[in-house]
Amino acid sequence: MRNMATAIGVIVLVALGIVASEALYTVDETERVIITQFGKPIGNVIDEAGLKIKIPLINEVNRIEKRILVWDGSANDMPTKDKLYITVDTFGRWRIKDPLQYFLRLRDERSAQSRLEDILGSETRNAVAKHELIEIIRTSKDRSPEVDPMLADVDITTLLPITKGRKRIEADILDAASGKLAEFGIELLDIRFKRINYNESVRQKIYARMISERDQIAERFRSEGAGEAARINGNKERDLQEITSKAYRQIQTIRGDADAKATDIYARSYDQSREAAELYEFLKTLETYQAVIDSNTILVLTTDSDLMSLFKHIKLQR
Amino acid sequence: MATERRSPDLGKLPLPHGVVPLGFAVAAIAWSVYSAVFTVPAESVGVIQRFGDYVAEVDPGLHFKFPFGIDRVTLVPVKRQLKEEFGFSTPGATFRDQSAPPSQWALETTMVTGDLNTALVEWIIQFRIEKPFDFLFNVRDPGDTLRDVSESVMREVIGDRTVDEVLTIGRQDIEATAQVKLQEVVNKYAMGLRIDQIQLKNVNPPEPVQASFDRVNEAQQERERMINVARGEYNKAVPRARGEADQRVQAAEGYAIQRVNEAEGDVRRFDALLLEYLKAPDVTKRRIYLETLDDVLPRIKSKVIVDESAASVLPLLQLQTSGAPTKRSELEAAQ
Repeated sequence: MRNMATAIGVIVLVALGIVASEALYTVDETERVIITQFGKPIGNVIDEAGLKIKIPLINEVNRIEKRILVWDGSANDMPTKDKLYITVDTFGRWRIKDPLQYFLRLRDERSAQSRLEDILGSETRNAVAKHELIEIIRTSKDRSPEVDPMLADVDITTLLPITKGRKRIEADILDAASGKLAEFGIELLDIRFKRINYNESVRQKIYARMISERDQIAERFRSEGAGEAARINGNKERDLQEITSKAYRQIQTIRGDADAKATDIYARSYDQSREAAELYEFLKTLETYQAVIDSNTILVLTTDSDLMSLFKHIKLQR
Repeated sequence: MATERRSPDLGKLPLPHGVVPLGFAVAAIAWSVYSAVFTVPAESVGVIQRFGDYVAEVDPGLHFKFPFGIDRVTLVPVKRQLKEEFGFSTPGATFRDQSAPPSQWALETTMVTGDLNTALVEWIIQFRIEKPFDFLFNVRDPGDTLRDVSESVMREVIGDRTVDEVLTIGRQDIEATAQVKLQEVVNKYAMGLRIDQIQLKNVNPPEPVQASFDRVNEAQQERERMINVARGEYNKAVPRARGEADQRVQAAEGYAIQRVNEAEGDVRRFDALLLEYLKAPDVTKRRIYLETLDDVLPRIKSKVIVDESAASVLPLLQLQTSGAPTKRSELEAAQ
């Protein structure tokens, strides 16, 4: 009897446990719950986290994510307006704004993801096809690049101009897709280009262009070097000429001044009186004799000369 | 635990009634204590959820919670510096998932610059979980989200720069700008993260283009070399020329001093002589004349004295400069 009672007790307990676990459920901070009855949603969406009660076995719990979710698009090859084939990899953030709508239209996240892929994939393709590559590469219209002072004169390292830019194109895609996704209860928060790369077929051409650009810069450097060297050589020549000619001018001035001064000194002394001038002339003449006459000179004297007149006289007197 | 220690005895010994329920009770108490106590390590905070509902955030230390899975604790390492690597992987990384698998590296690093060139950029971001609530409940897969956003932001920044900025001069600017932009997006999603730093690692041109970039560097060196050689030539010649010019100018200055001094000396001598001359001009003149002749005449080896009336014979005399005429002149002198 006693065993019987225990057994019944245990069975009742287990049954109660099952009922309780079927009637009670928790809602996490990260989710919302839609209760369905035979597949049909009933009541409001449960938005608050915590322990909740439902009718066991009849009501079913459907958990809907509350957090911001990822849509990671697959990388696709597509052409730009300027006919460049690029590989574009986008991603977006979205969340379930209208859980009921979402639940009715899509049921689960997998179908939501595939819908996102369809819509965003084609909107991205449209947007890329409408714009030139540079428009989805650059963002700001007015940024002027820093330039390496070494490369200042090389004109190829400039940013290409844009009219719209990446942010605006991303916003365009967002606008276009948002409307289409709203009917699924999905709010698209943003879409961004994750990776944009040249397609394999384009890449070789891009590389060839980069190489030719660099070679051009290299040539420029060499030519600049030669040019600068020539300029320095020219400066050298000029400076040398300037230095020598300046020195020459200075030397001649100094010498001239000195000669003038000396002349003045001589003139003032020799020209002080008639006698002085006479004496000077006399002395200078004699000095000239000193200088002119040497051992090879042949002197022919007549007796009429000053020196020899005396000589003849004495002979005559005897 | 207490029950398990007793359990081998169960079959052998007749146990008094009440021992088995007692064992269950002890076990239940032990389990409830065990599941009610938890420790939060120093670097983390614990986020407590009661039936999934957020209750509290607790600091490091020993804490209690409702047992049996009523309360659930998630530890969030808020003080730990976290890192994500892009395009490479540090061997022996501390955290799983801090870098992508190697097959993804080429895709991660390849970027198009604002002048439509290509650069390979490797970088890291360092960040911390600032708001555990946001981190846990606002965004699903915050790690993946952060990686996606970081790649997107980095390309946005690189896309606005020239390949030269990316490779050389713009690095710091890129790091700073990317950090600001990444933080903006992270805030927009309320991911609860703080971006401490973005660092660029290796930044290179693509492999096939590398050689041409090297050639530019070589040409740059070459240019410097040419300029330096020319400067060397200049420096070799010009200062020397300057010195030599100075030397010549100094010599001229010397000449000037000499010239003036000599003039003054000459004049002083002349003035002194003049003073004496004026006292007896004729005698002095004659004296100086004769003294000069005295000095000059002995030097002359050939002397011819002709009577003034016989001056017409002069052309007949064979005047020669060599030694021979000496004799003739002597003869004639004797005549």
